[in-house]
Amino acid sequence: MAETKEVQRPLSPHLQIYRPQLTSITSILTRITGNALIVAALLIVWWLLAASTSGAYFAVADAVMTSWFGDLVLTLSLWAVWYHYLAGLRHFYWDAGKGLDMETAEKLGWACIIGSVVLTVITLLLV
Amino acid sequence: MVQFTLPRNSRITTGKTWPKPETGGTLRKFQIYRWNPDDGQNPRVDTYFVDLDDCGPMVLDALIYIKNKIDPTLTFRRSCREGICGSCAMNIDGINTLACIYGMDEIKGDVKIYPLPHMPVVKDLIPDLTHFYAQHASIMPWLETKTNRPAKEWKQSIEDREKLDGLYECVMCASCSTACPSYWWNGDKYLGPAALLHAYRWIIDSRDEATGERLDDLEDPFKLYRCHTIMNCTKTCPKGLNPAKAIAEIKKMMVDRHV
Repeated sequence: MAETKEVQRPLSPHLQIYRPQLTSITSILTRITGNALIVAALLIVWWLLAASTSGAYFAVADAVMTSWFGDLVLTLSLWAVWYHYLAGLRHFYWDAGKGLDMETAEKLGWACIIGSVVLTVITLLLV
Repeated sequence: MVQFTLPRNSRITTGKTWPKPETGGTLRKFQIYRWNPDDGQNPRVDTYFVDLDDCGPMVLDALIYIKNKIDPTLTFRRSCREGICGSCAMNIDGINTLACIYGMDEIKGDVKIYPLPHMPVVKDLIPDLTHFYAQHASIMPWLETKTNRPAKEWKQSIEDREKLDGLYECVMCASCSTACPSYWWNGDKYLGPAALLHAYRWIIDSRDEATGERLDDLEDPFKLYRCHTIMNCTKTCPKGLNPAKAIAEIKKMMVDRHV
């Protein structure tokens, strides 16, 4: 019998070549917003912690949180809350076995994206 | 394990540009993944030109044109050329599909062809599907019965038979499983959309008497629950089936039997 040669097979490309799909983007955004919100929550805890520590410490934390950078982070967090919330509702709907045909799933995807932006703007105008 | 980049031996280099055919017709540019197990080189992407006036309309026609007229070493699987065997599944223009039923006119710009994503490559466009088939075998893709064999056949009402529509048509081309990011990162333990669609096909078969055992086997953090409803599977299925829906139905049955 012929000797078989051991071959190191390459892995075919995946993320590098797969075209992003609406459903895959909205899926990964759910995870990204969820993780980002953990960081945002820690930031707010730090803000409160500073308030309960000393006036001087609070002044520093408050300066960061109310700067343009703080505003940006909190605005993005607000959007993340809305997006994550809507995406969560979408998951509940799917878990009931509904909305899993491609057309409805994509509509729900757009609803999450557009809905989260609209709700963010409304929240900013109201608060 | 999640690894976003390709291992060192899998990184793709620029390959050769093959001479244009001199038949005078309209030319279409193809960029095709190549890997030869015998030359010790990394994978590369070769460029070919196909004369559309001398070639059928499907992507598979172009691959056969290239193999016959330009480069006989180009390697790919194909058999039925009508979307029923599932052999020619590959990544075309960024999505997984069957080359034989995907028209070149559905693609804008150059035609880019890769093997099914995140799989070990045997050669060029041929992925190693051993593990994929083993996962399919693991869900017991046959009728399991306990009662005595009937005199003639296992009967099924028309309504119960209709429950298998949209499931039995799967040709096991692996397009869905290899489109699934969860399968990319956890394909060793997660069964993937194709095997789970088949699992569901037997779970809801009214004649099958192993539903409990089948569900027991899937009650596992990885086998079933690595599905996060990303839906790349349903989006890409060349047969228009809905593995995401089948998986959701299995998850529902899991909940139902606990409450």
